Amino acid sequence: MQIWVSQLFSGLSIGSILLLASLGLAFSFGLMGVINMAHGEFIMAGAYVTYLFQTLIAPNFGPDAAKGGVFFVLSIVAAFIIVGALGLLIEWTIIRRLYGRPLDTLLATWGLSLILQQLARSYNPQNLPVVAPAWLSGRITAAPGVVFPYSRLFIIGLAILCVIGVYIYLYRTSNGRRTRAVMQNREMAAALGVATRRVDAYTFALGAGLAGIAGSALTLIGQIGPQLGTGYIVSTFLVVVLGGVGSLPGTILASLLIGILTPIFEVSLSLAKFDSAASLAQVIVLLLIIAFLQFRPKGLIALRSRN
Amino acid sequence: MTAHRLTQGSRWIGFIVVAVVLIVVLPDVLSDFQTQLLGRFFTYALVALGLDLIWGYTGMLSLGQGLFFGLGAYCFGMYLNLEAVGTKLPDFMGLYGVKQLPFFWEPFYSPVFAILMAMLIPALLATILGFMLFRSRIQGVYFSIITQALTSIMALLLVGQQKLINGTNGITQMTTIFGAPLSDHQTIVNLYIATVVVLGGLYVGCRFLVNSRFGRLLIAVRDDENRVRFMGYNTVVIKTAVFALSAAIAGLGGVLFVPQIGIISPNQLSIAASIEMVVWVAVGGRGTLIGAIIGAILVNLGKSTISTLNADIWQLIMGVLFIGVVLLFPKGIIGSLGDGWNRIKPLWDKSYVPQPKTETQVEAEAS
Repeated sequence: MQIWVSQLFSGLSIGSILLLASLGLAFSFGLMGVINMAHGEFIMAGAYVTYLFQTLIAPNFGPDAAKGGVFFVLSIVAAFIIVGALGLLIEWTIIRRLYGRPLDTLLATWGLSLILQQLARSYNPQNLPVVAPAWLSGRITAAPGVVFPYSRLFIIGLAILCVIGVYIYLYRTSNGRRTRAVMQNREMAAALGVATRRVDAYTFALGAGLAGIAGSALTLIGQIGPQLGTGYIVSTFLVVVLGGVGSLPGTILASLLIGILTPIFEVSLSLAKFDSAASLAQVIVLLLIIAFLQFRPKGLIALRSRN
Repeated sequence: MTAHRLTQGSRWIGFIVVAVVLIVVLPDVLSDFQTQLLGRFFTYALVALGLDLIWGYTGMLSLGQGLFFGLGAYCFGMYLNLEAVGTKLPDFMGLYGVKQLPFFWEPFYSPVFAILMAMLIPALLATILGFMLFRSRIQGVYFSIITQALTSIMALLLVGQQKLINGTNGITQMTTIFGAPLSDHQTIVNLYIATVVVLGGLYVGCRFLVNSRFGRLLIAVRDDENRVRFMGYNTVVIKTAVFALSAAIAGLGGVLFVPQIGIISPNQLSIAASIEMVVWVAVGGRGTLIGAIIGAILVNLGKSTISTLNADIWQLIMGVLFIGVVLLFPKGIIGSLGDGWNRIKPLWDKSYVPQPKTETQVEAEAS
């Protein structure tokens, strides 16, 4: 029993990380159709922003400033803004020229990801630890063997917060309304006076900013390094495809589903004494996704639109 | 496209001259190291050729060619490993306490079986995957994403299986091929020549294929799949067939690759490796066949030259190359050369009329 409860929690935790990482991609890929292979590097950039705040800026304000957590929270906001600005810059210089050529965006953004990785590597090729705030280092012990670390709970909370934020933006602001209009029917939105180019730029920047937040959160789980983002690129794309491209509820559902199913398979396989249960579990999840797409090629929650 | 510029006869003469230079002259001039390097580039060119068939001609960007290449290499690597150890177990198995040769290794004592499997396994995998995906009309970017996921998952799977195929370290224990030591000058030259011959043969084969009725269907699928379907063709079969063919070509590339390198590890199956293959084709010029070969050789030549000077800088250059080609030269070297020729030839040849552009070209320029 305990093992399943803690697996469920671990699934929820993995799912929330996946959700944070995929939410940005749901914008750039899901809504705009840009195959952003540099999404993982946006996540990495966010992690480095937090590193910058916690390790380089905080110590100037006293030896315990990094432990206090003010800078950590600030760094999450800063990661959103800085990586968002980076996204804006990239949209202006590269992505803007490639709309309507999705496979070419794949190549160009992969090139971008190589450059960003190399920049991080020339700064410091080693993996770096990031100081976490003291109040995130504890844990709740619900039962023997069932522990909920605060850091994981924090990530789940952050994911929920981001989803709420995205919903408010999309459904309660005029910018969000324009975004939805452009994504549903670009020509009609343009005919009604929406500046589609500007909406594209904002949407891409928002996706990048969300990736930045995901990067900040990842500093709580382990060390950060130039390769941090590469591990997420395949899984985040699968989340968006499984959820249904262009559908945010689908993205949420898919990341939770993958997050919860993967550890369940892993435990079952290791109970059944299989070698390397972790990789086998991922193989099974991928095969299930491909099989699922046979029946519903548009994903879990298909977006209905007229184009 | 460049096909109209040269007459059929002069193209054959050019092909034969290049073949003679590559087979007869170069092995005498180059050192063993350089011969081996060039041989390796030609195995990459093979993969690029297959990729151009499905991407350049049929419009499906597969990010799984590295997987097919790696599977082919693994198949032949297993044979080479068994040849190296004879009746004993491969060394790495002893390290993990494996007492008996796993059953699926047994048939790989036979080189013929290994080479056949190196092409059949990738082709079969591509057939199953392609059939499932194309049947439910999964295309475009979704095809790319799923092939990419498959590649990464397969690499994970291989990394996990230490006892069966030595996990991360891969298969490295290779000493001879068909009894000839791999480090001998003559073996290196022979392997190089074998690669050139296979590449030349497949180039001619692919050229015939794309000029055939089937090739026209591929281009038609690329330009407007629905229209082809409405005309009564089964596009699922067409796409699956060409995907399987490209996978088999990549597998064959893997067979020729492994004895020239002496190692195959899951690293070769990384996503980065698969995407790099796409760049070769993009740089050379997609949809031209020869561009794929030239791109693969030039990019790798650049990579090995620059990496020896400064390992870090290559990744930056590679990144800039990606962005630059896509933004500035989407047609690649061959395509851009063709454009330039169309522009300057009329200056002295008044009767010259450039080939009318295809629908795709017009669309690509408009967007």
